[in-house]
Amino acid sequence: MPAVNETIETVDRISGGGYKFGFETNIEMEFAPKGLNEDIVRLISAKKGEPEWLLEWRLKAYRAWLSMEDPAWARIHHPRIDYQDLHYYAAPKKPAPKSLDEVDPELLAMYEKLGIPLNERAALAGIAVDAVFDSVSVATTFRDTLAKAGVIFCSISEAVREHPELVRKYLGSVVPAGDNYYAALNSAVFSDGSFVFVPKGVRCPMELSTYFRINARNTGQFERTLIVAEAGASVSYLEGCTAPMRDENQLHAAVVELVALDEATIKYSTVQNWYPGDAEGRGGIYNFVTKRGACRGRNSKISWTQVETGSAITWKYPSCILQGEGATGEFYSVAVTNNFQQADTGTKMIHLAPNTTSTIVSKGISAGRSNNTYRGLVRIMPRAMNARNFTQCDSLLIGDRCGAHTVPYIESRNRTAKVEHEATTSKIADDQLFYCRARGLSEEDAVGLLVNGFCRDVLKELPMEFAVEAQKLLAVSLEGSVG
Amino acid sequence: MSGTDLLDGFDLAALPGASAREAASARLRAGGWPTRRDEAWHYTDLAAGLRGFALGPAPAVEVAAELPEGQRVVFVNGRFDAARSTAPDWVGRLGGAAADTARGGVVVALNTALAEDGVAITLAPGQQGGTLFLVTLAAGRGETMPAIAPRHRIALGAGATLTLIETARGEGSYLHAPVFEVELGEGARLNHYRLQDESGEAVHVATIFAEIAGGAGYESFTLNRGARLSRNETHARLTGPAADVHLNAAQLLNGTQHGDVTTVVRHDAPDCASRQTVKSVLAGAARGVFQGRIEVDRIAQKTDGYQMNQALLLSDEAEIDSKPELEIFADDVKCSHGATIGALDPEQLFYLRSRGVPAAEAKSILIRAFLDEALEPVTDEAARAVFEAAIGAWWREGA
Repeated sequence: MPAVNETIETVDRISGGGYKFGFETNIEMEFAPKGLNEDIVRLISAKKGEPEWLLEWRLKAYRAWLSMEDPAWARIHHPRIDYQDLHYYAAPKKPAPKSLDEVDPELLAMYEKLGIPLNERAALAGIAVDAVFDSVSVATTFRDTLAKAGVIFCSISEAVREHPELVRKYLGSVVPAGDNYYAALNSAVFSDGSFVFVPKGVRCPMELSTYFRINARNTGQFERTLIVAEAGASVSYLEGCTAPMRDENQLHAAVVELVALDEATIKYSTVQNWYPGDAEGRGGIYNFVTKRGACRGRNSKISWTQVETGSAITWKYPSCILQGEGATGEFYSVAVTNNFQQADTGTKMIHLAPNTTSTIVSKGISAGRSNNTYRGLVRIMPRAMNARNFTQCDSLLIGDRCGAHTVPYIESRNRTAKVEHEATTSKIADDQLFYCRARGLSEEDAVGLLVNGFCRDVLKELPMEFAVEAQKLLAVSLEGSVG
Repeated sequence: MSGTDLLDGFDLAALPGASAREAASARLRAGGWPTRRDEAWHYTDLAAGLRGFALGPAPAVEVAAELPEGQRVVFVNGRFDAARSTAPDWVGRLGGAAADTARGGVVVALNTALAEDGVAITLAPGQQGGTLFLVTLAAGRGETMPAIAPRHRIALGAGATLTLIETARGEGSYLHAPVFEVELGEGARLNHYRLQDESGEAVHVATIFAEIAGGAGYESFTLNRGARLSRNETHARLTGPAADVHLNAAQLLNGTQHGDVTTVVRHDAPDCASRQTVKSVLAGAARGVFQGRIEVDRIAQKTDGYQMNQALLLSDEAEIDSKPELEIFADDVKCSHGATIGALDPEQLFYLRSRGVPAAEAKSILIRAFLDEALEPVTDEAARAVFEAAIGAWWREGA
């Protein structure tokens, strides 16, 4: 079947185009020595001028981490990570700038190359960008507009200084310091990240966005994000990332915590396009992330949307704990793996309260020699009267060297709850391909169209700006198949 | 019970085939009973289920039972009962000891260590075996918990056919851990129907390995309604093209019963089809488990795999845990699974009540209808009668 062969060739060629965003920027870095011990944890805390309680919290996490083993249950394989061979603190040497004019022109140039001109984009799209360059936030915009609305949007280091009571109240309340191996590591050494606080009754006037960057060689990056929406508040947060090309594997162990109180809504969208390694599987980012949201209040809602195309390894399960009556959890995911990429991703929906509902839509696309796994848990606890879950997991295989796996855990302990799960695995249908080809579409366009159609249920959940970017990303994955 | 003293009550050296028993018991001792930490036993804690019970050899006992008409093989506490069997000449017995098998986990190791008897069915190519009943009876009357571990072997030559109807019943407390090794030649067909209706104090852990050659068909249905703790684990491997397998099951559980249906279907050849429909009806504080995995090898193109699992929770304390897995390495496949969990539909109940059907009967009608899809492939009349009677009895005993 030539069509099939062509498709395979297409996918082979995806990598041929190379990684579009692979380059490095040279900015002087100030490193802490390699390795991890209590002194490094103290150093990080001291460099950031943190209060005593936070240092204690970090040390507690560090000690918990020492007693833990890295998880082995996911369908991912990688050489053992030498945690003593990493830098745990790296920051641009210059002091943090107060305005865009003070931002290192080289850094701005890098954002240009990535197609995210900070000032322009912010102005045009009306998005506040808290750009994270390695460990220290270097630019934050639209602070005034947000301040007027009463929304706090700043780096977590700044939040520790300016709003210690809020940070202390919520930090680690969703993902405890010793939650899992990578979360414990993050809690001990987290460098920086974003803090969002939307007070009671406030609808955040703009979509908030952070671009994470990994730039320094050998620097594991440990972002910590905390978003709190008080009663009746709502916020939409966008996270997107690209990274320079390099050979060495890089570890990224972020933690994201969301807290939604009564009637609050948090929408968290991610486009992840970190360096996936080359066509032979060398290099690439290890993305071991803990993301969890607590729907604490009545009728609160947390919605995760993710488009995962990058990273050599993705280990990520954005979850919702539905504690408030009538709370809603959503998870929409597209995960694309190619070459030697490995993705083990999914969600957990824990229904604790009555009338809670959750929706899971997961679309996995495997190509090359990659493995793509959906792993999810739906748990209905006895108190969750009339809880409702709907899960749909679809996998698409392109080529016969890749794997697609579905591992759902479904547990119900309430008679009145209704749980539905369905999963399918297939390839791009020959008749659909034929239909498109017969109408004059090239093989590549046809595949692109069908893949976009396959992901539509998820892409439509993304905010508009991101939806465009995500579609582009999928298209980039299919780039190079012309001719 | 720790791993080291699991087999203290047994004198393995006195049994034939010591080397296989040694190897298997070493594995068992090393691993101990599986706990929830073992991923394959995530929802069924066998270690907890057997804690506090001292296992011992199954004594020779007599157990009265009503026996079915026709070809039948009767086993009592794991031993062949020649007097009550009416076995055709193609039915033999396990000679001495079971060969050690690397397949399976500690439960199979236990079986290998202890197996002394079992049925050995061999049908020549093209032979029509008709219907054979396998009646297993058990009794645990003493201080120790008898461990009954027969090893059954069913080998069908090319184009041979057989309908095997197995009923497992007993009284008192015992552990019944049979292992079935099924081998189907090209184009052979085996209908394997199993009724697990063990004593309410018993523990039943059955393991079935089925190797299915090209064009052959393995059709199975299991009804779990007895035992305080039960697990039916089936490993079906499609080794030749255009083979098919049906692994259907139903569980009717009550009280504090725990029932587990675990299946692994492995597609190792192209153009095969697998179908699974598993239904659980859970009352009281019963807990039902379904774990099903479809594995598709790279060469198994044009695989058609389907798996449906549904549960009805009839009470507030009932629980269902379900883990339907797909593991796929071939691209030209059609694999899907579905799972639903819920209560009886109040609208359907209302519909029946408004037509004058009493509440209890309305419920039973709906539950029977719920089970129908799983029972559908059971076309053999004798088998159907067995299952209908068991379902009816479950209902009468008060779901």
